[in-house]
Amino acid sequence: MSRSVAVTGMGIFSAIGKNLEENHRSLIHGKHGLSYPEILETVHQNLPIGEIKSTNSDLADALNLDKNHAFTRAALLGTIALKEALQNAKIEDFINIGFVNGNSVGGMDMTERFYREYESNPANRRFIQAQHPGFTTEQIAGYFGIDNYVTTISTACSSAANAVMLGARLIQSGRLDQVIVGGTDCLSRFTLNGFNSLMIYSEDFPKPFDSERKGLNLGEAAAYLVLESADFAKNKEVLGYVSGYGNANDAFHQTASSENGEGAYLAMQKALETANLNPHHIDYINAHGTATQNNDLSESRALIRIFKEMPAFSSTKSFTGHTLAAAGAIEAVFSLLAIKHQQIYPNLNFNSAISDTRLRPVTELKSTKIQHVLSNSFGFGGNCTSLIFSKDE
Amino acid sequence: MYINGMASIAAQTEEDLFAENLQSFSENIFPATSVNYKEYIKPMMLRRMSKTIKMGLVTAKRALNEAGVDVPDSIIVGTGEGCKQDTEKFLENILDENESFLTPTAFIQSTHNTVGGQIALDLKCTGYNMTYTQNSASFESALIDAKLQFTEEMGTRCVLVGGVDEIARISTPFYNLDGQLKAGEINTAKILQSSSEGTITSEGAAFFLLSEIRTQDSFAEISDCMIYRNISEEKLQEEISWFLKKNDLKIDELDVVILGNNGDTRYDHYYQQLQEDLFKNTLQLGYKNWVGDYNTVTAYACWLGAEILKRKEIPQQLKLNNLPLKQPTSILVYNQYLGKNHSLTLLRSL
Repeated sequence: MSRSVAVTGMGIFSAIGKNLEENHRSLIHGKHGLSYPEILETVHQNLPIGEIKSTNSDLADALNLDKNHAFTRAALLGTIALKEALQNAKIEDFINIGFVNGNSVGGMDMTERFYREYESNPANRRFIQAQHPGFTTEQIAGYFGIDNYVTTISTACSSAANAVMLGARLIQSGRLDQVIVGGTDCLSRFTLNGFNSLMIYSEDFPKPFDSERKGLNLGEAAAYLVLESADFAKNKEVLGYVSGYGNANDAFHQTASSENGEGAYLAMQKALETANLNPHHIDYINAHGTATQNNDLSESRALIRIFKEMPAFSSTKSFTGHTLAAAGAIEAVFSLLAIKHQQIYPNLNFNSAISDTRLRPVTELKSTKIQHVLSNSFGFGGNCTSLIFSKDE
Repeated sequence: MYINGMASIAAQTEEDLFAENLQSFSENIFPATSVNYKEYIKPMMLRRMSKTIKMGLVTAKRALNEAGVDVPDSIIVGTGEGCKQDTEKFLENILDENESFLTPTAFIQSTHNTVGGQIALDLKCTGYNMTYTQNSASFESALIDAKLQFTEEMGTRCVLVGGVDEIARISTPFYNLDGQLKAGEINTAKILQSSSEGTITSEGAAFFLLSEIRTQDSFAEISDCMIYRNISEEKLQEEISWFLKKNDLKIDELDVVILGNNGDTRYDHYYQQLQEDLFKNTLQLGYKNWVGDYNTVTAYACWLGAEILKRKEIPQQLKLNNLPLKQPTSILVYNQYLGKNHSLTLLRSL
């Protein structure tokens, strides 16, 4: 790697906490954030979700927004998480900073609420453009006055992981010295019903990698990392480095993963290559682990193909639910917390291994030496991304 | 980055463009011309595909064909609004059936990266696959990624890059309600002279097979691309000068500028100021009065620029000023939408 990519700040807002400290506390105490819908208006009151228990007006008040603001819920969550990341990295000047946001459903929460009302209610029309991810990114960038290179990646559940990868590449190429990367997604009836209609939505809490897993549970979250070139990070605390990344396509099916996890395998292989590491260097894997039958089996097979000896691994989606486009970002934060505190966060609700692959995740908080963490994120359209985070030496 | 193949679908055909036979429309929303999709996609598959998937897949395949490439190393797509038709379909089912009895087909095709995924699936391409959705800078975000790929030592030789957006039955007409589209009687051919707010919209796709090195199939080059979320008119002039300089071009050496004027009196001043000042001695072309404005219409503008460089011919109906025609060797595309997501893209002949 030509130029190293330092992580100098991070911020997070998820169902297990409104900032880094709260998220960390929940992780070490095994306190998950799944519950039944209270904010999301849906008929599916029986489906557990990783919901943040703040209303949009609570969130808007916390940001001192004007009453007629056009912030989507994803923008509200994102702005709060980004604020923490920037404070954490001690960045106050945004003139040359870039912003790569991962987002999948954009302002679908607003679209589904107002779709049948736009005609009759002019007051809501400010949300017409909000349907698409770029609008949410615009709102967040506008709040901070980030004006130059701003883009959105939308590759479903790997969006934020791809944003981290792009940020690292922008710094390595010398195109940018500072870039904020991550993602945000809110719960919506659209996605809840979508996954439910695919018959992969669990009525119980998620059981990643368990033989009795019943499917995924959605969550909402936002998380961002501040990436800086070595020169810019010189006098700062470095939380870790983005040392490897890889993206590949499964080219198998629009939504299902291939049996042997080819896309996942290729993504992990590329990540190891760019990091110049061998599989045995990886100390912990934050797996994609959605708890669907298909993903966990396919990912397990891909992991076995890469790792002769399986490192410690877990899926923290058992804490947060599957936060779609934000998943890669919150799991990047958890990976960096794992590096900072030299500890592995457990995979909740696991009882028995999948008979075919026999992989057993870490089920209790574990203190151990961690130098390199691999984080997986896979999405619709066969999109597979793996990231490697490494400790500052 | 060398262009070895490209294809485009828009509201006008390539023949009409160069035969000075461009069509005018009387609606503010008009569709892309129909294409014989069956030539490229199996009928079974075709039935399930929304327009954006069809347009994306067909232009991608035609670009690959022209370049003689079976499978590219990477696939990078820009789409501002993704699969609006399938999104609309699934959303209406949710609302009509009160979240019950839903079938997932429309949902699984509703994600913004469906086109990229479907191209990968069709080509069995396991390489890098990315989708950008930054409003009017979506296609340019994809171009910037392609450019990065060629500077990295990842063995990338050719990248398929494109932009695609579709019209949807309900969601596109929403733009009549929030002031994005022009009200009243429309003659699209004349909108650049209009004195009203709003614009006209359509749909389309354009894909390019870009190669790191020049080959016998190369016919033009996309040299550079920049995006700005928000920029003042003064700063824009400075940035354009800097951008050209960075690419070893003086302003009077630039042959053609393709501008994104869309007839919206609130924002066309970004272009008009450049037309009267920086580009007053440059041949200026406008195209949105013929193909509409949509998030990835700049993919069409780049296709147009590359086609001009290839044919060494200017479509007369696009001229915004009357300067003597030079042999075009360098073309700048500048665009913004609603005053945001500005982009500069430089094309050159070989």
